[in-house]
Amino acid sequence: MTSVTDRQKLQYIAAQAADARVNVELETEGMTLNLGPQHPATHGTLRIIAQLDGEQVVHAEPVAGYMHRGYEKLTEVRTYPQITTLINRIDWLGSFANEVPFILAAEQLMEVEAPERAMWIRTILFELSRISNLILFLGDMGVQLGAVTPVFFAFRDREFVLDQIEAATGGRFHPNFDRIGGLRDDLPKGWLESTKGSMDKVRDFCDQIEDLLLGSEIFQTRTRGIGIVPTDVAMQYGLSGPNARASGIDWDVRRDNCIGLAYPELDWKVWTHTDGDSFARFWVRIQEVREAAKMVDQLCDGLPAGPVMAKVPRIIKVPAGEAYVATENPLGEMGYYIVSEGDLTPFRVKIRSASFSNMSITPWLLRGVYVPDIITILGSLYFILGDIDR
Amino acid sequence: MGLGLVESGKMPKSLIKLLNVSRSYSVWVYQWGLACCAIEMGAAFGAPRYDVMRLGVIPLPASPRQADLVVISGTVTDKMAPVIRRLWEQMPDPKYVISMGSCANCGGPYWDSYSVTKGVDQIIPVDVYVPGCPPRPEALLEGIVILQDRIKNEDPSKRWVGEPIVVE
Repeated sequence: MTSVTDRQKLQYIAAQAADARVNVELETEGMTLNLGPQHPATHGTLRIIAQLDGEQVVHAEPVAGYMHRGYEKLTEVRTYPQITTLINRIDWLGSFANEVPFILAAEQLMEVEAPERAMWIRTILFELSRISNLILFLGDMGVQLGAVTPVFFAFRDREFVLDQIEAATGGRFHPNFDRIGGLRDDLPKGWLESTKGSMDKVRDFCDQIEDLLLGSEIFQTRTRGIGIVPTDVAMQYGLSGPNARASGIDWDVRRDNCIGLAYPELDWKVWTHTDGDSFARFWVRIQEVREAAKMVDQLCDGLPAGPVMAKVPRIIKVPAGEAYVATENPLGEMGYYIVSEGDLTPFRVKIRSASFSNMSITPWLLRGVYVPDIITILGSLYFILGDIDR
Repeated sequence: MGLGLVESGKMPKSLIKLLNVSRSYSVWVYQWGLACCAIEMGAAFGAPRYDVMRLGVIPLPASPRQADLVVISGTVTDKMAPVIRRLWEQMPDPKYVISMGSCANCGGPYWDSYSVTKGVDQIIPVDVYVPGCPPRPEALLEGIVILQDRIKNEDPSKRWVGEPIVVE
């Protein structure tokens, strides 16, 4: 873990004093700017009410709830196999990643263990959904800065990954492929080779984005030193995933608290950045896509043989008890706390989704920034509204 | 060509046909992306593989006041419903609505949720429903083609109801 740099401290103090300072220096009239609830930069329907003083934000308040669909209540009236259909749609860009922690928690309660091959295929699909999620972020970050071309590249190369997910599971977006005790099906013939081919395309895309955006002077001016989250603040707000790693927190659930999945057997690296600004968040994610592509290659090479489904009863009743399992989703740490009373449906499910904590830092982070930087900061924090509101 | 002539219904038939063909191949569509379907809509409208512009549809108007068609894609919640109604009121006549995905059609997987509006047609009239959860981009393109066929064969005077644009 790294210490806070002097620049970060200065930014912190400046942000704290912004409202008082601006008012004393210049008598400007306040203005309220309403962003959303439908705005391209918010990745959905987040509304931000910003109090401005000139070009600077004095106070910004996020209004969530425009996409609240009542997940936690709905899970109480659905059986366990039906719930995976629902929770696919929490973070709609990386759907398969939402199923895995829930299934792992249910398996823990039922004391069922999925076969090794099923765990490896789960890990492959998990990483594919991470790639399909983060690729769109990498393209979209260009749009936040006024460069439209990267998002076309992102959509183009994302289709190759979606083709692989569709070939294996039958669904482009919402696979609903995970079952308690394993997977619905085995992989189709020739899938592993074509997946490795699509990973080459993903790596090419990362190189292209690096050439297009990361090295661009405009991009660096707009992102370096903007929206700095110091390490201690990131921990206080409960940031997780790439946002936390961009602030220098060396924590990854895949490496540090891996349950079931095949990550310990792979050769990969957790990337961190010490700056904590928008640029760092972008940089960490681009490295993460590369690592994911590397992991998928290794998983395809070493996939063990065997069955993909353990023996489970036809009608799934989960014995009474409580379990919490978290995994490292594309957006951060996502976990399900299941309380079961031995019925067909859970008694209570608490969903810990990454975006909610990541979004909660926006009032602190947007204080004192300029209006155009709101968009880049929101874009680089990268939340998905389904994941916030549930 | 004054709009008064169209509204009165006294236009010659050949002119109506010309007007309809021109309208059907210059639909400006406003993207109202709400949930998962928004990404498939983005893939249909903004991606190279399914390129909607070859159908004569322009997906990037800056405001609903410039749009002919709005695609409501995704889950409509009760909190969002008044906003959608206001969006529809801001669009100029003639206006069309495509409801994309099961959630916007009827509530979809959230049919028993306390916070989801079961169907956007409770708030605004819908011309074409695109089923699926989420529909593939091809399905949305087919919905647009169906709408274009309808525009070609309709009586435009019925579409100019002359409701004023509501600005509060």
